[in-house]
Amino acid sequence: MPPIGPDDHVRGPADARAVIVYGDYECPFCAALEVRLRALPLRMAFRHFPVRASHPRAQAAAQAAEAAAAQGAFWEMHDSLFDDQGRLEDPHLWERAERLGLELARFDADRRSPAVAERVRTNFLGGVRAGVVTTPTVFEEGEQYSGRTAVQQFA
Amino acid sequence: MALAAGEPAPDFSLARADGQPFTREDLLGKTTVLVFYPFAFSPVCTDQLSVYNELLDEFAARGATLYGVSCDATYSQTAFREQLGIAIEQLSDFEPKGAVCSAFGVLHPLGFPQRALVLIGPDGVVKWSYEAPKPSELPGANLIFDALDA
Repeated sequence: MPPIGPDDHVRGPADARAVIVYGDYECPFCAALEVRLRALPLRMAFRHFPVRASHPRAQAAAQAAEAAAAQGAFWEMHDSLFDDQGRLEDPHLWERAERLGLELARFDADRRSPAVAERVRTNFLGGVRAGVVTTPTVFEEGEQYSGRTAVQQFA
Repeated sequence: MALAAGEPAPDFSLARADGQPFTREDLLGKTTVLVFYPFAFSPVCTDQLSVYNELLDEFAARGATLYGVSCDATYSQTAFREQLGIAIEQLSDFEPKGAVCSAFGVLHPLGFPQRALVLIGPDGVVKWSYEAPKPSELPGANLIFDALDA
């Protein structure tokens, strides 16, 4: 599994314990985990693992986050998506972009671009290669936690 | 235990969605992965097939076709597949129940398929197999890629 690198979205104190999270914005367990991780002193890298058959809007949401990243607002969009998982249709994504002060035309073009789709796919395939089959999956110090177990692990 | 690498696939007959049989002859000349799963609609099965479904192009690039196999009736499998929105074809081991799972060594004592993967080569011989330690553990798609790339 690719270690945390310059292409990753990472936040948290540089000297804190590092975790890698594979998640999808439509997954309620990922949202629950997110709340817990925010409260802990961890350095977290987030990678997309959208499974369309389970979560039809996960791919679009992941692409929206990457489009926001292109305008320097990844974590704001990331948090905004998890905070309101029931509203992930295109108008809701535009509304978030507007609220975050992003340039809307650019956001919309970027989220539909092959480059962004490729980035999300690279995250996904990296997860597959590491044995990820469900969301969320968390890697911490060589250990892997999946699904409900992952949420319970970080209580 | 699932049939091991080097063992020939047995003679068998599963039901396709249209009622036509899928037999050992359908394995010849192709690379096939049989994905045995316990029950349609149980939550764990959903994630597994959904993830594999995301990777069908990658599997096809390696010449492999995946089939889902359970003891559910065809009607249930069809509804399951439609609900998941997946393209993986389902094969039913409904009648006689579990006969094919048994022949492949993957019938759980309680009468449903173990969660297992069996990779069969164009010569109809098992190239690789994997059985999850318990039905609740999902085999990663990486296991299939590793077996195909070996």
